[in-house]
Amino acid sequence: MKYLYYPGCSLEGTASEYDASVRAVMHSLGAELAEIEDWTCCGASAGDAISYLLSLALPARNLAIAGKQSPRSDVLVPCNACYLNLKRVDDHMNRSTDIREKINVVLAEENLRYGGGIKVRHLLDVLVRDFGPESIAANVKNKLSGMRIVPYYGCQFARPYSDADDPQFPVSMEPLIRALGAEVYPWTMGAKCCGAGLMTTKSEVALKLVANLLNGASEADCILTICPMCQMNLDSQQNKASRLLGKDMSKSVLYVTQLMGIAFGLSDEELMLKKNLAVTAGFQTKLRSASSRA
Amino acid sequence: MNEQSSGATTAHGGSAAAGPLDPIAEKVSACMQCGTCTGSCANAFAMDYTPRQLWRLVQLGEQDEIFRSTTFWMCSSCYYCTLRCPRGLPLTETIQALKRIAFARGTYRSKTSPVFYSTFVDNIRRYGRVREMDMMTRFFLRLKHPVAPLRFASLGVKLLRKGKISPQMPALFAKGKLDGLFRKVRELESES
Ligand code: SF4
Ligand code: SF4
Repeated sequence: MKYLYYPGCSLEGTASEYDASVRAVMHSLGAELAEIEDWTCCGASAGDAISYLLSLALPARNLAIAGKQSPRSDVLVPCNACYLNLKRVDDHMNRSTDIREKINVVLAEENLRYGGGIKVRHLLDVLVRDFGPESIAANVKNKLSGMRIVPYYGCQFARPYSDADDPQFPVSMEPLIRALGAEVYPWTMGAKCCGAGLMTTKSEVALKLVANLLNGASEADCILTICPMCQMNLDSQQNKASRLLGKDMSKSVLYVTQLMGIAFGLSDEELMLKKNLAVTAGFQTKLRSASSRA
Repeated sequence: MNEQSSGATTAHGGSAAAGPLDPIAEKVSACMQCGTCTGSCANAFAMDYTPRQLWRLVQLGEQDEIFRSTTFWMCSSCYYCTLRCPRGLPLTETIQALKRIAFARGTYRSKTSPVFYSTFVDNIRRYGRVREMDMMTRFFLRLKHPVAPLRFASLGVKLLRKGKISPQMPALFAKGKLDGLFRKVRELESES
């Protein structure tokens, strides 16, 4: 299967381990990724706070290029915020012909045009729907038996656009975790906001949300994330969260593709496991015993 | 009731004919003050007005009070209120629209959020993609706040050590390439 790939800015910087593991795992699954040529930032949530038109023109530019590059391929996006922004363009263009026209007047500056219809897909949706637990299980070399994994989706994966999963209680990671041989740790906070959007500007608010999530996952071996913002936020605030709650809040926070890669037998280097701030000793011991049992 | 939105009389006296809040007041005119948005909001605890109270202020046309409020800068765009509002109102979008008006008016109590957003967008214009290190440096410079960078220092060091951010000046990506797009956006927005 072939996809157009939109990594997004974080995956070039603080989330380079996500980028590396996405590429490695998709390669293992036999998928082909073609990066969108000359892609630019989607505007994140800052674009919309400054200019509505800009917040649509930036993602539309990427989709227009994608359409030229390979009109029938889906665009694969590993970041929740980028996914939302790219998806949002079609929705808003369909709601208003005035906006549709304005976007294209802006894109004409670069001789581009977006007529809609490019399918924007979240990485998780592609993993679950296009490949599915069976073909994922078929790639597993080291079963992660006995590991309890918390699936964390974050807010913008299924909100406001809920075609990939339930917007309040998403479940799509569960069969995938089981396909790796691990257990799903039950909780109800999978779609709760981690406050990543406030991490820089209102860090004390974001910290409360992070501490709450880490606390909810305290009995699990690892939190599984599908967004660079969520991962960074949950990974980097653990010392502060520990101080806030007066107990040890350290927890391994991995990208879904890193955990898949471990089960697929890919190397730590390929998955850039060293780049995660927190991969706890307990998690590593458990990993070793899980794979020796397999 | 207040179905006439902010058009006729407003509590702060003047007639707010065709004010910037009108489209927003229209969007939330069906709010019945049930409080589901507030109950759903993860950040309501940190807001001075809860989301429900904010919609009431909008219905009443209390411009000054609205733009003095910190509520919309505390919104993390999680769309939970939008999902659960029994009236189906586009609340998250409306909050974003309030941010834009506040930004354009230049009325906000704390400049951290507006400065962050505009530094971020400026980074996109410069490089096409956000260069995290460069963006954060510019953000702190523009904030002119002596303590703010310190709160991030330990994280910054950690990220540098992990090679997650590069201290080097970013290579210019498609230099000047987005200038036309940004210019056109400004042009079209000043027309409307
Ligand atoms: S949930 Fe909707 S109807 Fe209820 S108070 Fe909030 S905006 Fe109003
Ligand atoms: S979108 Fe904003 S206002 Fe609505 S629930 Fe989330 S944080 Fe609260």
